[in-house]
Amino acid sequence: MTHATPPKGRGALARREARLAWGLLFPTVAAVALVIVLPLLAIFWISFKPVGLADLRPPAPIAREALRTRSDVPQIEYRIRNSSQDVPVRQVVLTDTWPEGMTLAGDLPGFCTLEGRAFACRLDEIEGGYNERFRIDVTLDGDPDALEDAAEGSEPAITGRAENILTNAEFTLENFARVFDGGAFWRTLGVTLFYTFFGTMGALTLGLFAAMLLNRSFRGQGLLRGLFLFPYVAPIIAVAFTWVILFDPFSGSANALLVQMGVVEAPINFFGERPWALIMVTVFAMWGYFPLCFLFILARMQSIDTDMYEAADMDGASPFQKFWFLSMPMLLGILSVLFLLRFIWTFNKFDDIFLLTGGNAGTRTLTVSVYEQAFAVSNIGAGAAVAVVIFVCLLIFSVLFFRFLSREEGL
Amino acid sequence: MTVLRRGYVAAPLIGWLWTFVIVTTVAVTMSFATGEAYRPSITLAALFGAPLGLIVLALKRPAPVAGLTVLALGATLFLGTGPLVTGAEVGVLPRAIAALVAGTAIGWPLARFLDDMPRGEMGRHAFEEAAIRFLTGTGYIFFCAIVLIPFYVMVMTSLKNQAELMVNPLDFSIDLSRGWDLFSSYAELLTQFNFGWYLWTSFYVSVLTVVITLLFSVPGAYAVARLRFQGRAAFSRSILLIYMVPMIVLALPIYIAFSMTGLRNTILGIVLIYPVTTIPVALYMLQGYFRGLPAEVEEAGLMDGLNRIQVIWKITLPLSLPALASVALYVFMIAWNEFLLAFMLLDDPSKFTLTRGIASLNSSEIPRQHLMAGAVIATVPIMVMFLWLEKFMTRGMTAGAVKG
Repeated sequence: MTHATPPKGRGALARREARLAWGLLFPTVAAVALVIVLPLLAIFWISFKPVGLADLRPPAPIAREALRTRSDVPQIEYRIRNSSQDVPVRQVVLTDTWPEGMTLAGDLPGFCTLEGRAFACRLDEIEGGYNERFRIDVTLDGDPDALEDAAEGSEPAITGRAENILTNAEFTLENFARVFDGGAFWRTLGVTLFYTFFGTMGALTLGLFAAMLLNRSFRGQGLLRGLFLFPYVAPIIAVAFTWVILFDPFSGSANALLVQMGVVEAPINFFGERPWALIMVTVFAMWGYFPLCFLFILARMQSIDTDMYEAADMDGASPFQKFWFLSMPMLLGILSVLFLLRFIWTFNKFDDIFLLTGGNAGTRTLTVSVYEQAFAVSNIGAGAAVAVVIFVCLLIFSVLFFRFLSREEGL
Repeated sequence: MTVLRRGYVAAPLIGWLWTFVIVTTVAVTMSFATGEAYRPSITLAALFGAPLGLIVLALKRPAPVAGLTVLALGATLFLGTGPLVTGAEVGVLPRAIAALVAGTAIGWPLARFLDDMPRGEMGRHAFEEAAIRFLTGTGYIFFCAIVLIPFYVMVMTSLKNQAELMVNPLDFSIDLSRGWDLFSSYAELLTQFNFGWYLWTSFYVSVLTVVITLLFSVPGAYAVARLRFQGRAAFSRSILLIYMVPMIVLALPIYIAFSMTGLRNTILGIVLIYPVTTIPVALYMLQGYFRGLPAEVEEAGLMDGLNRIQVIWKITLPLSLPALASVALYVFMIAWNEFLLAFMLLDDPSKFTLTRGIASLNSSEIPRQHLMAGAVIATVPIMVMFLWLEKFMTRGMTAGAVKG
């Protein structure tokens, strides 16, 4: 007697389903790999390279051509130059087509050839800063002006091979040495952690209070909810500039108000002096991101069962007791998930501080120093090294995050 | 704490604090509206609010309490000293308005706060109830203030000129007799600074981003949500992981790659790069929604001879239109507000997006009402869209929005 056994392994249907799944996912995977994974690898690569902003344009030979008449002898003049001041270019080949009616009169330089109308020159190597011109006597047969236009109208083609700093095998640890050099790095890290921690905590606390205010139904609740989300929805650049203008020491309304109310004696340069600048960018982070926390916490609050509160009412619990012993435990999950997410996102934040202070007055966070190194100091390698440091920090946070998330899957 | 739990202690305390909250609010509002001097006083608020608290405790009826407060506050305002101190130049009408508004806003809610409070000792419930009512009132004022003030300043600054504001930074009153001239900085932005074109660029870049994002993420999200394949769990996790990669880290290599391929300074480059930053968000939001759809409907479709692609097109997508709208709105918002990549990749003023255009206004040579007008131009469309489609928007954001 034969036993009926369930099929083992993956059947044709399952394989077909998996194939379809990968087919549907392929465009996304490819795009993400191209724009996220590849750049990440590139950042690691560049962080070990001595690259400046100027090196992004690889050294290349440049040629110019002119037809002139010197002491009644028409001459064609070629000028070859190396775009780089210090990197040699090898195997330089210049090719040009002479116009009809222009013929060789004197000698060609040794490295040039002329076959029919095809003119070519070969140089083995031109060193950095090379800039030479050479002239060839020619005879002109026809209207000299038209010939000049024809000769100069056809640009000579020039090619050459230069070592590209981005792809050669030269590596250095100098970028990292520069990043960790002195106390600057630890100060930056300290500023980043202050900004991140307090920005996140503040946004969460404000979000929690806002959610408690709106966790009841009354007329205009929808409108208020929409209003509370404004700071998050508006373009960062618009609100950041508004804050800068609002807190301006000379013509800012906030300072004028504080002085008028007698809170401060003289206007404070909120975004320009320590320690105010750091406090203000942190407050801006709280202001800008409390709406997001508010939205999530409110959604969670509204899904809490009301039976529990009714039971607590029967047992005589007071409002604060109900909040502390019933609501808080229920909200703890979403609060911790939000904390980790916001922590990571605030850590990554660049635009806010860049727009508010430009990283001055003690507000340089790690992300701002990536930009500073790469574009202000023009040292792409050092910028990439800071980016690698950021990435390593994030990897650590992400591990923490996934530990929590697997417990609190219901985000 | 037990000392506090007596009516004759708690009521004056709440009366004092609430008086202070309201006079501060009214002082700030009146200053911002008229530019004249108003100042709250915390000590005089105690002298005014504490007896008021006791009176309210005795009376407990909102209307008479409010009337009484208006009269009392009006008297202090015209005498020249009270919880709300005004400058000498403030006229009769503003004083009367301040007294009316502040008096009502102090008296009426205070009667509500102290509604259930006994005069002598009380239990936790009554005390906490009153405290919570007071805190709730304060909370509404606080949150409305922090949200509204920046936007008020943004709009008003754009309507005034810089010299006026230098004289008195608090004077946001606008001269309505100027008529259309009020909007001169908008007109200048649109005509001389090419902002009409930036608006259009931002719009079509955002729309293209939405379309491309959906084209990529719908099939991807469907596969992750419905189809069984090896590595599915790992895949849905790595979507979240991609959220965590900071844009500035990616911006550097993207800048290098774009410089080398000539994509920098082109709209094509921007349209290529924006969707990739939004695809993970969209994928995450959509797969959550697709999981919630009943699989039976799709299986019925399969039984009736549709293939998977037809099932997606004819069954899943029509069912998930609200989710698609949420995702589309959210992606539109991200693309519209995006600043970093536009700032790094675009240098040519004829190709600016709106946010990049505003950044270019931030110079000492351009008056700041232009900068604020630019900010308003960028903010208004997204706000209008948001308020109009608020339901979709909030749903979209809670569904998967962790993008910062």
